[in-house]
Amino acid sequence: MSAHPPMYFKNRLYYVLLAAGGLVALAGGYAVYMMEHHGHVISGMNNQIVWGVPHVFAIFLIVAASGVLNVASIGSVFGKMLYKARAPLASLLSIAMLAGGLAVLMLDLGRPDRVLVAATNINLTSVFAWNVVLYSGMFSLVILYLWTMMERRMNPYTKPAGFAVFAWRFILTTGTGLIFAFLTARQAYGSALLPPMFIVLSFAWGLAVFHLVQTVLYAWNDKQLDPLISQRKKNLMGIFVIGSLYMVAMYHMTNLYFAQQKGFERFILIDGGVFPNLFWWGYVVLGNIVPLILIYAPGLGKTRCVFAASSLIVLGAFSLLYVFIIGGQAYPLNIFPGYEASSSFADGQIASYSPTIYEFLLGFGGLAIAFIVTTISVRVLNFMPQDKHYITD
Amino acid sequence: MSEIDLKRRNFFKTSLGAAALTIAPGILLFDVAHGKPEAVSSSVRWGMLIDTANCREGCNDCVTACNKENGLSGVNNTTNAQWIRKIEIKEVSTGRQVSLPMMCQHCEHPPCVDVCPTGASFKRADGIVLVDRHRCIGCRYCMMACPYKARSFVHEVVTDQNPDVPRGKGTVESCSLCVHRIDAGLKPACAESCSNKAILFGDLNDPNSEISKKIRSVTSVQVRADLGLNTGVRYQGL
Amino acid sequence: MKRLAFLLLCLCFPLAWAGGTAAPKIDIGKGGQCVEETQWMRKNHMNVLKHQRDEVVHKGTREEKHSLKNCIECHASTKDNSVTARADSFCVACHANQAVKIDCFECHSNKRKSAWMQGTGK
Repeated sequence: MSAHPPMYFKNRLYYVLLAAGGLVALAGGYAVYMMEHHGHVISGMNNQIVWGVPHVFAIFLIVAASGVLNVASIGSVFGKMLYKARAPLASLLSIAMLAGGLAVLMLDLGRPDRVLVAATNINLTSVFAWNVVLYSGMFSLVILYLWTMMERRMNPYTKPAGFAVFAWRFILTTGTGLIFAFLTARQAYGSALLPPMFIVLSFAWGLAVFHLVQTVLYAWNDKQLDPLISQRKKNLMGIFVIGSLYMVAMYHMTNLYFAQQKGFERFILIDGGVFPNLFWWGYVVLGNIVPLILIYAPGLGKTRCVFAASSLIVLGAFSLLYVFIIGGQAYPLNIFPGYEASSSFADGQIASYSPTIYEFLLGFGGLAIAFIVTTISVRVLNFMPQDKHYITD
Repeated sequence: MSEIDLKRRNFFKTSLGAAALTIAPGILLFDVAHGKPEAVSSSVRWGMLIDTANCREGCNDCVTACNKENGLSGVNNTTNAQWIRKIEIKEVSTGRQVSLPMMCQHCEHPPCVDVCPTGASFKRADGIVLVDRHRCIGCRYCMMACPYKARSFVHEVVTDQNPDVPRGKGTVESCSLCVHRIDAGLKPACAESCSNKAILFGDLNDPNSEISKKIRSVTSVQVRADLGLNTGVRYQGL
Repeated sequence: MKRLAFLLLCLCFPLAWAGGTAAPKIDIGKGGQCVEETQWMRKNHMNVLKHQRDEVVHKGTREEKHSLKNCIECHASTKDNSVTARADSFCVACHANQAVKIDCFECHSNKRKSAWMQGTGK
């Protein structure tokens, strides 16, 4: 965009953006219809890779939805004004991404028409069922929190609402991590490290998404972000990226130490074809090292660098989730430890998976839902961060 | 029971049913049809003992019988359901080879039941782990949780099902231990079809059953016993 | 406005009301005395089936009188042994008339067991 594009141009651009988002969401709807009609046979998912690309998108959106609230929590729980001003936008992004992620998750079910069954039959031992409660609770709690912030008469309740959201968000991401941590037999999962790992990952991914949206929002409104604020927030993101890289490193290090897990780690880190490439190049290099350079290298770290770093962090997130979810299932389940196995059901073989267009359409449809919710909301309500001139904390 | 016997039995059953309908409408002779109106009880626990010494490599009789009984197509691709499969295993350090059938192990503490969000995965009182397809939403979490890869997802529309074995697109399924046969007093199809008598089916809770006597006298193990699931299917010679 | 309200009212009217004039033509199969009163069954068959299905699946109480298989045994057409194959088949005729979707037969067989066994050559 040039320095000051005329108003009518922006109006038109707004509707073009909305239409584009709608079109992508519509394509997602088409994918759902096709998968409903023909069954999952038209997706790349099979009896070995039971969760595929839609789950990568859904889990990214849900984890980031929880992480983006970190911005709000630092404001409400720890009382930092800089972040408090950004709490409404963070809450909005959280709702938008949660809506997108849940839509993908629900519409990928074998029987999406039975969502009511899931809502009325709750198995208390299932972490999935807990998550149904956690996600819907999060949704309403964040809406409540937004209300206390945006309605002046409700302002006194902002703090308790902020605390509640803070606690809920931790439990929610713990729940997301537990989905995998509770899988007793799979080599890739079943680690108590996963819930904390997901929490730290959520910090980095959520903040990255927040930076992306904030940068666009400031540019759209022809405003300049105070360099001091920008400086602080990029440093925080750097710390989160380092933290998440540490957690991922620990997860793999503990595995590497156990003889029984060596085969799996070798597969993910060295000779598993697409997975080591995605892990090292996609996640470690593009998703961590390059962003860290962009953030911390002297002379860099300006708005544009932070924007690039945030985009790369999101890209790295998708790479990591693809390796974690699909790579974790592709490595053969060890039913007979100490034996080599072969069968007609891919025992002892690396499972093959080639995602189809429908899975991507569904995933991007979820992103589009988040995009549409955000775009409409920032237009009709005031989510622009209102910074005071002097920051005291 | 041989196949002919079964055919005859079913013929009798349906013809008797038809006769009852025409001769004595209203007072149907439902005793001739299989199934008991009483609920199954936990005093029974169905299980199997598989003698790998009698299981021949390359023999697929149990798989074929299962496919036929349960109306599975038996097509070998990545999206097709397999309730029972033959696994050939080779001990890495010694080179010893064993062939065995693998299916739902009907655990006492089944992970699939623990993780199922809607309670569609459940364990019947007599120890059979089943999927209530009316409740299954097709999330596939149970497939992730099963340590034996016993479950399959129905990826396509199914037609011409066995009236006793309903199954359809978008739900998860697995070996039901031929629950419809057990309720009719028959053995599971795989156990019946095995020409080498490698699959012994019976009540683990009854100390006088053939299976209980045998597991008391010979060494048998549970697969992945380290997980503490207490499977209902045990293997001999592993 | 009045006209619209009238239209809506007409749409809300239970279609069964007009049953006398626009009753569906149904192939009732072998028919005869049903396990319950015919009128009662028309109203309650779904509840009976639902109750039966939960009981049988979870408890193994295979009380066959109210089972779907027993319904099909009697009511499948004598022509094609099915309760859903044609427009006037036993289940389809009414359900199409009342615009109620049945999804039983996505999983359940719509045929008599005897017919199914002949069909598969078992």
